[in-house]
Amino acid sequence: MRCHIGHIDVSKHSWSVRLAPFETNIAMQMRLTIQQIMLCSLIAAILAAGACGGNPPPEVEPTPPPVPAAPPPAPIPAPAPLEPPMAVQPEPIVEEEPLIVQSLDELNRESPLVPVFFTYDSSEIGPDAQSDLQRNVTTLRQYSSWVITVEGHCDERGTAEYNLALGERRALAARDYLISLGISEDRLRTVSYGEEFPFAPGQDEEAWQLNRRAHFIVTAQ
Amino acid sequence: MGNQLHLVVASILLGIGLITTQASPLQTLPLSQQEPSQRQPSEVELIIGESIGTQPRFAVPDFISLTDDPETTEVAQILAEVLWNDLDFEREFYMIPRDTYNTIPAARSMTDIPFDRWREIGADGVVIGTVQRTNEMVQVQVRLFNVRGQESVFSRQYTGSARNPRLYAHTIADEIHQNQRGLRGVARTKLTFVSDRNRETLIGPVDNRTIKEVYIADYDGRNPQRVTVNRSLNITPSWSADGRAIAYTSYDRGFSDVFVSFIYEGRLETPAAGNAKEQNWLPAWSPNGRQIAFTSNRDGNPELYIVDIDGSNLTRLTHNPAIDTSPTWSPTGNQLAFTSDRSGRPQIYVISVDGTGIRRMTFESYCDRPTWSPSPFNEIAYSSRTGPGHDIKVLELASGVVRQLTFGIGTNESPAYAPNGRHLAFTSTRSGEKQIFTMARDGRNLNRVTRVGNNEMSHWSY
Repeated sequence: MRCHIGHIDVSKHSWSVRLAPFETNIAMQMRLTIQQIMLCSLIAAILAAGACGGNPPPEVEPTPPPVPAAPPPAPIPAPAPLEPPMAVQPEPIVEEEPLIVQSLDELNRESPLVPVFFTYDSSEIGPDAQSDLQRNVTTLRQYSSWVITVEGHCDERGTAEYNLALGERRALAARDYLISLGISEDRLRTVSYGEEFPFAPGQDEEAWQLNRRAHFIVTAQ
Repeated sequence: MGNQLHLVVASILLGIGLITTQASPLQTLPLSQQEPSQRQPSEVELIIGESIGTQPRFAVPDFISLTDDPETTEVAQILAEVLWNDLDFEREFYMIPRDTYNTIPAARSMTDIPFDRWREIGADGVVIGTVQRTNEMVQVQVRLFNVRGQESVFSRQYTGSARNPRLYAHTIADEIHQNQRGLRGVARTKLTFVSDRNRETLIGPVDNRTIKEVYIADYDGRNPQRVTVNRSLNITPSWSADGRAIAYTSYDRGFSDVFVSFIYEGRLETPAAGNAKEQNWLPAWSPNGRQIAFTSNRDGNPELYIVDIDGSNLTRLTHNPAIDTSPTWSPTGNQLAFTSDRSGRPQIYVISVDGTGIRRMTFESYCDRPTWSPSPFNEIAYSSRTGPGHDIKVLELASGVVRQLTFGIGTNESPAYAPNGRHLAFTSTRSGEKQIFTMARDGRNLNRVTRVGNNEMSHWSY
C-alpha cells in the first residue's frame, strides 16, 4: 500500500536516477510516518476500547483481514451433550449461498436452467418447452444479474451443415420466448452447435429426442 | 509441402535424337480421340496404347536404388508403390498388380531392362526409376518405356529434400497423366477435413464435448497435418483457390465465426468480423480467391452474405425468412448454389452472384451441402435423404438428370469435388465412425481416406 508507485515508474527512465535518493527519502519518511500513525492509532484503539465506542481512525481498518469470522461462533458450541432435539436452525440460509459463490463452470454443471426439447426438424416451442421456459424465467428473475447463452442443438439425422442453421433457429426460438416473458434481451445470447455436441450418444429416438434441444449456459453472474 | 517449392523439376530429353523437343498437340489428347497414327519410319510413338479404346497396361516395379543403404532401398520401394496407386486412381491405365512382377529380374540400370519379360506379362508400358541419396537430398530419375518399341516415351529428373518421398511419386504420376493422357491428375492435391482424432474435450462448463480440429492431408489421406490448435470446435473447412489458405467455422471465441488461416504464413483473419450477436459460419471461397460466401444470423435469420477476404464489400445475397445456408460457387463465380428450406424442407437453389435469378433445383425430401463441379462437368453434387440416412447424388445441370452415387450404407454427406471433377470426397458412416472416402464421379472406385477418430466435412484443394 505504501509503496511509492511514482518512484518505481520514474526510475525506469535513465534521467530519474538523480531523483532516486530524493524519492527514497520521501518514501522512507512516509513509511516512518505511517508506522508512527499505526502505532499511535493502535494505542488509541486500546485506550478507546476501554472507553466504549469512539471513532477509530481509518488507517486501522485494513490491518485485520477477517472481520466477521472471529467473534460470533463462540456461543454456538455451548449446548450441553444431553440436549436431545431442536438443535439445528440456521442451515437453509447456508444452502442457498453456495450457488452464488460457485464458479461459472461449477454452476453450469448443476444446470440451474432446464433444457427445452424440440420435435424432429422443428424449431417450434411446444407446450412442454413453454412450461420449461417459464421455470427458467423464474430462475432468471431470482438471479437477475445472470447473463445466459442459449445453445441450439440438433440430432444427427439431418446433415451437419443444415443443422447449424436449424440449431440457430432453435436457439432464437427459445430466446424469443424468454424475451416475450419479460427477460431482457441484453441478458440473452445465442449460439448454434448443430449436431456437434450431442447430449446422448445413442443412435435411436430416445437419444435423438434428448439431442434436439436448447441448452442454457450461464455466461455471467 | 515445402518440398514442392524446393523441387527442381528438370525435363531431360533422352538420347532418342529423333524426338522433337516439345510434344505435339496430339500427345495431349486422350487416346480415344487420336487418329490412328500413320507413323513415319523415323518417328517414335510417344503415347503408349495397345489399341483404340482399351486401357494401356502399365507396370511399376520397385525403383532402382543407386546408393546401397536400406533407407534408399525403402524409398525406392515406396516410390513405386505410391506411383502405382496414383496411376491406378485415375483409371486411365490398367495397372498390373505389383505382386506379379516377382519372376522378372530387377533392372540394375535404365539400360538393362528385360523388355521381353515385361511383354510376357502383358505390359504395354513400364515405369523404371532410380533413386540416389546425397546428404539430405534425393535425386530421382524416371522413364516410362514403351515395352514393344523398347523406347523411352517420358523422362524426368527430380532433386529435392528426402523428407517426403511420396511427393516424388505424386509428381511423377501427375506428369505421366498430363503427358500421356492430357489429364490433370490429383496426386499432388490435398484434402482438408475436421477430425476428433485427438479425443480432446472442450474446456468449459459442460463435460464430454469432444472438440474438432481442422486437418490437411494428401489426397490419399497420408501425411496428415493439424491446422488449428485452439482446442475448440472447428468445422466446415474450405480451401482457397491457390491452396495457401483455409477458411473454416470456429467457435474459438465462444460463438461461431469464419476464420481464414493462411497456413504457410501462420496468419489468421476474420473477414466476416463476427461477434456474440452477429455470428458467421460455413465459408465458401470464390473461384477467383478474392471473396468468401458464408451464412450469418446478423439480420436475425440465417442468410447468405459475400465479403472480400480483407473484410470489405460485405453484401447480403438472400432475403427470405426461411433458412438460407451451405453456399457453393459455380466455376465461373457468376452463380452460387445453396440450401434453403423456404419450401418447407431443405432443397437446393441457384442464385446469381448479384442476388437475382433464384431457381429451385431439387424436389426431394431433404437436400443439403450442394457442391458445384469444376468445369468441364456441369453438375452439382449434394446429399439427399434417402431413408434413415443420406446419400450422395449428382444433378446434371444441362439435362436435369439426377444420378445417385451411394446407396444407403450408413449416411453419406458433404460431397466435395476433386479439382479435375473426376472424383468426389465425402463423409460416410459405412464403417462405423465418420470417415472420409473418395469415389469416382460414377460412384465406383471407393477409397477410404481416414482411419483414426471421426473425420468429416472434407474439401478438396484446387
